[in-house]
Amino acid sequence: MQYAILCYHDEKVTCAWSKEQDDAVMAKLGGVMDRLTRQGKLGPVARLLPTTAATTLRKDREQPIVIDGPFAETKEQLLGFYIVDCQSLEEALDIARELGQSNPGGAYEIRPVGVFFPGKTA
Amino acid sequence: MSDTNWISAVLTAARPQAVAALLRYFRDLDTAEEAFQEACLRALKAWPANGPPRDAAAWLIMVGKNSAIDAVRRQRRLQPLPPDELISDLSDAEAELADRVDEADYRDDILRLLFVCCHKELPATQQIALALRIVSGLSVRQIANAFLVSEAAMEQRITRAKARVAAAQVPFEAPGAIERAERLGVVAAMVYLVFNEGYTTNVAEQGARAPLCEEAIRLGRLLLRLFPTEPEIMALTALLLLQHARADARFDADGMAVVLEEQDRSRWNSKLIAEGLALVEKALRHRRPGPYQVQAAIAALHARAARFEDTNWDEIDLLYGTLERMQPSPVVTLNRAVAVLMTRGPADALAMIEPLAGKLGGYFYFHGARGAFLKKLGRAEEARVAFDRAIALANTPAEAAHIRRQIDRLAASVELQPDTIGGARP
Repeated sequence: MQYAILCYHDEKVTCAWSKEQDDAVMAKLGGVMDRLTRQGKLGPVARLLPTTAATTLRKDREQPIVIDGPFAETKEQLLGFYIVDCQSLEEALDIARELGQSNPGGAYEIRPVGVFFPGKTA
Repeated sequence: MSDTNWISAVLTAARPQAVAALLRYFRDLDTAEEAFQEACLRALKAWPANGPPRDAAAWLIMVGKNSAIDAVRRQRRLQPLPPDELISDLSDAEAELADRVDEADYRDDILRLLFVCCHKELPATQQIALALRIVSGLSVRQIANAFLVSEAAMEQRITRAKARVAAAQVPFEAPGAIERAERLGVVAAMVYLVFNEGYTTNVAEQGARAPLCEEAIRLGRLLLRLFPTEPEIMALTALLLLQHARADARFDADGMAVVLEEQDRSRWNSKLIAEGLALVEKALRHRRPGPYQVQAAIAALHARAARFEDTNWDEIDLLYGTLERMQPSPVVTLNRAVAVLMTRGPADALAMIEPLAGKLGGYFYFHGARGAFLKKLGRAEEARVAFDRAIALANTPAEAAHIRRQIDRLAASVELQPDTIGGARP
């Protein structure tokens, strides 16, 4: 089963990390990702730019409207995601716990993937 | 990494909102700051055990408010005449606090906090210092380092600025739409100044001043979260991101300034560029042009060019023309002349700047550009005179060294210093 591990954190806080802190986080995550890759369990991974760069298309009306900013104003923002291939939810949770050790705060939503299309960009 | 480091990031992130709310309650900058400091001290004791609360800003506001009330009560026992209105003002606020958790709800508070730092009687450097101290929470030492002055001198500067703000009437009523827009414009200009203060032309200073650029970007993003639909705020933030993306490429290993033409573009920060370009694109969709959008669009054209030769100078020339109409300034015309040099040649570029001699006669970049244009025209002797004049006006040894290299290579191609923000310098 594939799971998406969706990373939520207060982006004001992650933007306040020093460069050293950010680098340390990325290095730790990189270590976990390397292992998962070797085990053939890691799918696509993305780190998203701040929600201030986001645009939302609301299509709940006849003419969809474009709104500046993220879909929802929340205390924690979706900052990125991992796709992992695991035997069980327990295993996905273990991976999330391990990723979570790179920095305190925030939350991971572990969500089973229904349809997966790997895609291809130039 | 210690807990304290992570907690300090949470405190930094919560600071503008918390200090802004405390300022509204206490209506006094010093009291608000002290209350926040006290709350931070308590956080450093309480948080390592349980981790930060989910809503750190609300926690800090509540604790800061209570600690300041305690302090007022202690004073009250000593002073026969208590400041009653201060106390009553607080009791109202408590009930309100529960519903006011989102940063967006604090929009006017945070804008006010930024706005009081921009008091029009304060010189620009004091506005910047005050904003960095109060809003960003940089220590006096950090700010002193960034301004390359002693800590004592900076302490004095900030104290003087605070006294001036305290003496002025801080506007506490909720602003109307027009007033809000005016405040936003003033605050945006201040954020731009913070960035420029950090955007040095001297490598020796770059390390010390880089924090100013990073703080300016943080302030830009803060404004953007408060005003997510303002194209000029998107563009301001984009402009800062796009300029800052080049930071690592602007100086070589020997500390010499590297002009845009010669920069190793692989050292530009692609993540900052991606964010900057996304913001420019969003801003332009609004079709409400403004000076920051034009400048950001110019910066975006540079960022998009994979090589210097790929730069779309025609478009840059047009955009500077637009900027000249929006904000007529000899410096903008000077920048435009560089684009004209690329599109129409040195004769047109020189003709464009000759009329500026009166206004920009004491300006380093004017003589640097003039020398470069003359050099292109093969007027080596006049070029040399212009370059000598530029060296005499150089603000930093790096600027002077840069011009000396021009003289050394009088035969080489043109090098103004196009790597400045259009119109940013005086």
